[in-house]
Amino acid sequence: MTLDRRSFLKLAGAGVGAAGLPMIGRAAELMPKGAKRVVVVGGGYGGTIAAKYIRMMDKSIEVVLIERNDHFVSCPFSNLYIGGVIKDLNPLTIKFDKLAANHGVKVVQAEVTGIDPAGKVVTTSKGTVSYDRLVLSPGVDFRLEEMKGYDAAAMEIMPHAWKAGPQTVLLRKQLEAMKDGGTMVMTVPLAPYRCPPGPYERASMVAHYLKKNKPKSKLVVLDANPDITSKGGLFKKGWKDNYEGIIDYRPAKKVTEVEPGKMTVLIEGLEDVKGDVINVIPPQRAGQIAVAAGLVGEDKNWCPVNPTTFESTKQAGIHVIGDACVAGAMPKSGYSANSEAKICATNIVALMNGKETTEMSGINTCYSYITDKEAVSVAAVYAVKEGKIIAVPNSGGVSPADFSAAKMEAIYAESWLKNILTEMST
Amino acid sequence: MAMKWKKWALATSVLAVSAIAQAAPPSAAMLSNACAGCHGTNGGSAGPSMPSLASQSKTAIVDAMKKFKSGERPSTVMGRLAKGYSDAEIEAMGDYFSKQKFHATSQAVDAAKVKKGSDLQEANCSRCHLDDGKDGKDDTPVMASQWLPYLQMQMELYQSGKRKMPEKMAEKVKPLSKEDIDALLHFYASVK
Ligand SMILES: Cc1cc2nc3c(=O)[nH]c(=O)nc-3n(C[C@H](O)[C@H](O)[C@H](O)COP(=O)(O)OP(=O)(O)OC[C@H]3O[C@@H](n4cnc5c(N)ncnc54)[C@H](O)[C@@H]3O)c2cc1C
Ligand code: HEC
Ligand code: HEC
Repeated sequence: MTLDRRSFLKLAGAGVGAAGLPMIGRAAELMPKGAKRVVVVGGGYGGTIAAKYIRMMDKSIEVVLIERNDHFVSCPFSNLYIGGVIKDLNPLTIKFDKLAANHGVKVVQAEVTGIDPAGKVVTTSKGTVSYDRLVLSPGVDFRLEEMKGYDAAAMEIMPHAWKAGPQTVLLRKQLEAMKDGGTMVMTVPLAPYRCPPGPYERASMVAHYLKKNKPKSKLVVLDANPDITSKGGLFKKGWKDNYEGIIDYRPAKKVTEVEPGKMTVLIEGLEDVKGDVINVIPPQRAGQIAVAAGLVGEDKNWCPVNPTTFESTKQAGIHVIGDACVAGAMPKSGYSANSEAKICATNIVALMNGKETTEMSGINTCYSYITDKEAVSVAAVYAVKEGKIIAVPNSGGVSPADFSAAKMEAIYAESWLKNILTEMST
Repeated sequence: MAMKWKKWALATSVLAVSAIAQAAPPSAAMLSNACAGCHGTNGGSAGPSMPSLASQSKTAIVDAMKKFKSGERPSTVMGRLAKGYSDAEIEAMGDYFSKQKFHATSQAVDAAKVKKGSDLQEANCSRCHLDDGKDGKDDTPVMASQWLPYLQMQMELYQSGKRKMPEKMAEKVKPLSKEDIDALLHFYASVK
């Protein structure tokens, strides 16, 4: 028996479940498309905001948000959980029900498994969804081929905790179970990776925990980069003032292989380092779905985009935001993803209404905690110049070197998290 | 004919280039949306220490931004950010946030302090902070429903001399006790 597309759709529309159909090589259309539809993939820092702002700006556009999980756990502040400063992940967890209730975003919990740019259809684990424009904010996946031995089983022994959730909880548990006098090893990949200051904030929070609870223990940081990649001066001062003798920072040590059975990591085949707890942060690239759709550039890792619309330069009609894209000078952060999502939403609404687009203006701020009560930040304003996103000259920068604002910044940082997660979920 | 062809090709290629470059300069909404990651959607902050900007007096926002930019007003992060904007862009954002819906908050305030603050503000603050702090006139900011920890942190900056208090406000603030000031801030935070 064969079905042409139309009668198949009729069948699907009549409520025949996909499971009850013969194999026809095409999944059921999940929801028939009306006049104007944007599909957003990924319910994290970028995707939720793109979905919400498109609806805020134009109610005539139907927005379908597809996310594999029924909730999202924030990476920002997950280092504080690992360090025991916050006790559970609830304040970092959002649901999507209010995006639906308040803005009419149609939320679908499914895995997106394929994209057909010519047919303008995405395939999901639940059926296909067609679109007029597609927004991808899938975050990152790992370049496991550059970290020998680091497979799914190894991740359960040496967690990455670079996607928040069960991995974060696992690392916290391992740290709690470690004996006093033990050694934790952390590996940092070459930049660019998600959240430049993130590894160093993690080192600070781990050291904070060790100092308080296991003062004879050590943290060895094996950094593939020649130096700390963000807020270097501030981290070094913070570590000297608070964690002398606890953090052993070793630059230019690129870990390329792990041996979970021996609790060992290997540095370019030259040197091995043992740990009682090992946190491997592998090299990264754009989320797999963006790679599969042919959106990555020459580097094979990240997706080049138009700096005004965030439309892929590789495929028309597909926009990429957040960690997965190359947004000029904007770093791979949650704040950047939030800002990029709004720029993208504004211009998608313009394009779909045949209106003139608007040049981007964006912000990034990343707060990093050094102790439980002190945080430092890096901030910048971004604009387009000669077709490239640049940091506006003579603006931005890092917190004062003497930590004079660090206590206030720790207070404001908490409110930043609250506000950005509220933006994403209401 | 050949010449014409060349001209045509040139014209279309110029068109193609300008079609890419053709985008309006950042609008007030484009500029302001970037602030919302900290200050909340449309400037309505979920708190507890980040100030709301929604329905703030335009002049108060513009004044604050210019003082952040010059360093006259102390800040943790706003100075670094304000330096990224022209005066015209600051005006546009001030205008945008002043037109957003007032963001009423429900904060944990002390009822006795609210009562005391309500009595004190009549004589001491209401000349400038009009209508229980709901009306922000010119450079006087709206304080109604502003987050209490924010108001407390700003008052500390004033009293330590780091943020310069308007002279006439200082005359009123100086004679008041710590408890009086605390009560006043509880009052303003409670106003909806
Ligand atoms: C430890 C740590 C600390 C950090 N701290 C900060 C900080 O303080 N400040 C800051 O600004 N940034 C911080 N970041 C960075 C921040 O987490 C990321 O930059 C941000 O999450 C990027 O947003 P995104 O939308 O690109 O991806 P994400 O937020 O990761 O969202 C991607 C979503 O897409 C979903 N998805 C992916 N593929 C599919 C698919 N095929 N089908 C269905 N769903 C899919 C995923 O499940 C996920 O929910 C930190 C990161 C880490 C690791
Ligand atoms: C990283 C978070 C962050 C971002 C982004 C941010 N702000 Fe702020 N804002 C703050 C903090 C914190 C304060 C308190 C002053 C300080 O310490 O910097 C503040 C204070 C203010 C105030 C003073 C409010 C009052 O009533 O006293 C104004 C006005 C303001 N911000 C405007 C803006 C504008 C406009 C933008 C966007 C261009 C913006 N902010 C972006 C964090 C932020
Ligand atoms: C003479 C007019 C005047 C009087 C009286 C006055 N204020 Fe103010 N107030 C201002 C102005 C103007 C500002 C903004 C000035 C600046 O830029 O710092 C301000 C700012 C503030 C702020 C900071 C708000 C913010 O968003 O940053 C607080 C808090 C405050 N006033 C409290 C009080 C209290 C309490 C009283 C009464 C005891 C009072 N003021 C009396 C004019 C006045």
